Formats: sequence, C-alpha cells, structure tokens
Amino acid sequence: MAATVVTITSGKGGVGKSTTTANVGVALAARGKRVLCVDGDIGLRNLDVIMGLENQVVYDLVDVVEGRCPLKQALIQDRRLPELYLIPAAQARNKTAVAPSDMVRLCNELRPEFDWILIDSSAGIERGFRIAIAPADRVLIVTNPEIPAVRDAGRVAGLIEAIDKGPAQLILNRVKPDMGKRGDGLNISDVLSLLSIDLIGLVPEDEHIVHSSNRGLPVALNGRSQAGEAFRNIARRLQGETVPLMKLDNQRGFARRLARLVGSGARVLSPQRAARARRDS
Amino acid sequence: MKNSLTVRVERGKKSSAANAGERLKSVLAHDRAGISPAILDVLKEEIIAAISRHVDTQREAVEIGLDQDAQESRLIVTIPLRSINTKRKR
Repeated sequence: MAATVVTITSGKGGVGKSTTTANVGVALAARGKRVLCVDGDIGLRNLDVIMGLENQVVYDLVDVVEGRCPLKQALIQDRRLPELYLIPAAQARNKTAVAPSDMVRLCNELRPEFDWILIDSSAGIERGFRIAIAPADRVLIVTNPEIPAVRDAGRVAGLIEAIDKGPAQLILNRVKPDMGKRGDGLNISDVLSLLSIDLIGLVPEDEHIVHSSNRGLPVALNGRSQAGEAFRNIARRLQGETVPLMKLDNQRGFARRLARLVGSGARVLSPQRAARARRDS
Repeated sequence: MKNSLTVRVERGKKSSAANAGERLKSVLAHDRAGISPAILDVLKEEIIAAISRHVDTQREAVEIGLDQDAQESRLIVTIPLRSINTKRKR
C-alpha cells in the first residue's frame, strides 16, 4: 500500500473543495480503501465539521509540523468508517506555519500507511495553494459553472502545468439541471470546451449538501442524494474505473453531447485511458 | 478536443459578449494571452499608426484578435490595404 496523494484545489473560494475532499474520501473508504483526508486550509478549519469529526480534534497539522505531537496522534479515525482518517487544520494559526517541504515530508511518512491521501487546499494561489500542491501526485480542480469560478480554474490549471504537476482533472460542482437553456446563461459544454481540462466528474446542485454539513454526515453516505452518487462515481473514476456520467434531471441527451466533448463515447475517461487517448491523437 | 481547440476573440468589431459563454471565452483568452482587452485596443491603434506610415491601409477595416490553442496564443492582425491601382495617377 503506497498512497496516491491527491490535492483538491480550485482558485476560487466556496466552490466545494472541502465538500469534495470529504465525500470522495468517504466514498473511497466505503469501498475498503484506507484514506487520509488532510485539511490544508490552516487558520480556517472546515474539513472536520463537514466530516462530522469536530469533537474528536485534539491535535492538528501544525502541532505535527512543529513537533508537539507524533504524527499518529493527530490522526482522527472516523468511527463510522474505520478506514477513513483526518488530520485537521490548525485553527489559531495561518499558512506561514507550514512550508511546502513540511507537507512533502509528512506525506512521504504517511504514504506506506494509506491507499489515498486527499489534501483539501485553501482557496487562492498563494502559500496555501503551494503548501497543498507540493506533495501532490494528482490534482483535482473543483469549479462551478459560473464565470468567476471557471476563470480561476483556468488560471490554476495553468499554474499547475507550469510547476509540472499537471495535467489536472476537473470536477464541475453545483451543476443545475436547466443550465444554459434560457439562451444567455453559461452552459456546461461552454465550460468544458473552453477549459480544456479532462473532466473527472459532474456534481449536481443538491439540497442534501447543506443538510449534510449541518449534520456532519457526508452525502456520499446518502443513497438518496444525487450529489452523493456523483461523488461516489468520482471515487470510482479516481481508481481507474470507467463510469458513465449520471443523467441529471431535464438533461435528455445531455450526457451524450457532453461525452462528445470529453472524447470517448458515453463515458468519462479514466486517467489511463485519457493519457492513451492523448498519446494516440 | 483538447489539442486542437482554438479560441478566437475579435476586437475592432463591436465585441459580442452578449451572453455568458462569449464573455467567458473572451475572459479566458485574454487571461491566457496575458493581454487585457484595453491593452489590445491601444496596441491596435499603435499598429495602425506604424503600418500607415509605410503603406496605405483601410483603417476602419483593421481587425486584431487573439487566437489560441493548447500550445500557444497568437495575436492575429488583419490589415486590409488599399489597392495601389485605384490611386495611380495617369
């Protein structure tokens, strides 16, 4: 077991990085993988609350980096899903407390213990981003179907390529079913064709999400949530499975149109197939 | 899709950012090229002035735009020239 380190970032704030990190983590753990989620947003702790683990926080990432506790003591195990762990962010510090090299060192120490290490990046492109991206083997960019978010995603994707951590894969989050129908709105094909980043998942807008973070119960555990199903699909695609895009409400034929943009029939490419497709084209 | 996509933004005509998709396209193209729309306008005037010093151009018909694919951004300037035949005095 040597973990793959995946950094979830976005540029824009509030697009759903933490929700994505928590839910993909839950989905992977539910499939029996040993998963560590790391909250990289130092000073603005959120992953603990989304995962429902806030009452178990004793030590945090900065405590580990500054040597106040051994690494293993900062790991919080989810009692509902024993394969799932969290290292929370420090709440009383800021991003200067941790260096990118600290994160690399930490991840290297933890790689043998896990199958997946998911790092929840802070928003922005400054130090918080650099801390989170330093140890990444893969990068997921989360965005929403609106101009400021997509613009930031484009910028971040360029940065990721520039530091040789690319290519990133895209998660389009908070997709509304009737987008773009009224003619002058942004539609999903606009976003995907303009960004030229391989799509790894679409997550629909879902009222279950706000309830889930209020309760500390990630939607990936909720069989009735469409967003939960989308996150579970992303987890499967991360593992190399080819999973057809979910049909969203009111989107007859949408998945087929979308799949043409993504380039492979009615499916979203797994990373191996995407790499092969790029090589062959 | 990824390798051969081009994004074209036309300035010099009335900018058609009438809908969100067009606005996004324009914003992304300018971001990637590192040239803002305002700078592009200034550049256009300077290019017209420089070229006009040497050849007769149809100012109003000059177009300047950004053309991009995954590999690079290009500035494309189209400068229609007045035909010398119509101007020759005999």
